[in-house]
Amino acid sequence: MTKVDVQQKVLSENERVASALRDAIREHGIYCANFISSPGAGKTLLLERTLALFPPSTHVAVLTGDIQTDNDAQRLARYGFPVRQITTGGSCHLDARMVQRALEGWNLAALHYLFIENVGNLVCPASYDLGEHDKIVILSTTEGEDKPLKYPATFSRAGLVILNKIDLLPYVSFDVNVAKENIRKVHPGAEILELSATTGAGFHQWERWLEQKRAACAKAMPALV
Amino acid sequence: MHEMGIATSILDAALKEAERRPGARVCKVGVRIGEWSGVDPESLRFCFDSLLAGTEPEPPSLDIDFRPRQNRCGACGTVFALKDFEIQCPGCGALTTLPVSGDELELAYVELEEP
Repeated sequence: MTKVDVQQKVLSENERVASALRDAIREHGIYCANFISSPGAGKTLLLERTLALFPPSTHVAVLTGDIQTDNDAQRLARYGFPVRQITTGGSCHLDARMVQRALEGWNLAALHYLFIENVGNLVCPASYDLGEHDKIVILSTTEGEDKPLKYPATFSRAGLVILNKIDLLPYVSFDVNVAKENIRKVHPGAEILELSATTGAGFHQWERWLEQKRAACAKAMPALV
Repeated sequence: MHEMGIATSILDAALKEAERRPGARVCKVGVRIGEWSGVDPESLRFCFDSLLAGTEPEPPSLDIDFRPRQNRCGACGTVFALKDFEIQCPGCGALTTLPVSGDELELAYVELEEP
């Protein structure tokens, strides 16, 4: 019997592709975010409202993942920016290979932002690196404040947590302070933004957050030799 | 939820190791699974065994080394398992502690039977 020491990540193939994607994204100074949430937390509406705010000259593209249907791509395409649907056909998350395939034919040099809407799921997307700068996790006020404690793998990896549907606070029992405490329990340094994708409340900060991220990416872009 | 995909990746990687040695057969696969890896060990074992059911008389077994979420204190160096997400150091009370384990999703070793 021979014991072979392997010591590699189980998802090393995904990591390899994600790392190639990350290099390409960095090289072009693109800011790339991977949006993760439960089904129904408002990922698509958040992206719709975000696209609606961008002037038509903005260089933004969206990949949207679902198990079935291209409904989300249809909703997002109305804003005039390039959108592609990734239909996973049963898989509960996006992986780096799906993103790589979906980006084929797109001119990355012409992009400033790349938004990836993951499949609605708070478990599996956390394991798959897509080469993004940040995982942006959305928690809405119609869910339980204890979601961060139930899904620590996802919340602990969040570059930003968005508390969505704050317009509903008068009608639901959701306690924003408890939710924030729970987020900080699993991710002490977490950045948190409160907003409503329905009314647009909090979008000034969100826009500013995105602009700063993109500016940092542009600055870090390797100079053309 | 995605344990079947993870189990498939583990098996593929183990078989790839065996391929390097002609005639070798995989007997055991060792993995490290962190408490916060997003993978449930029981579900992973079920998927792994299901993938192999009926394939050979003695299919490979899965050895899971479960790693709890642990932090190390930046002030006094104590390593401790997080209970109820409490990151405060039980040794000196400092809050400056950082994760050292719990995110693992790794293939550790493969045990092969060689001709």
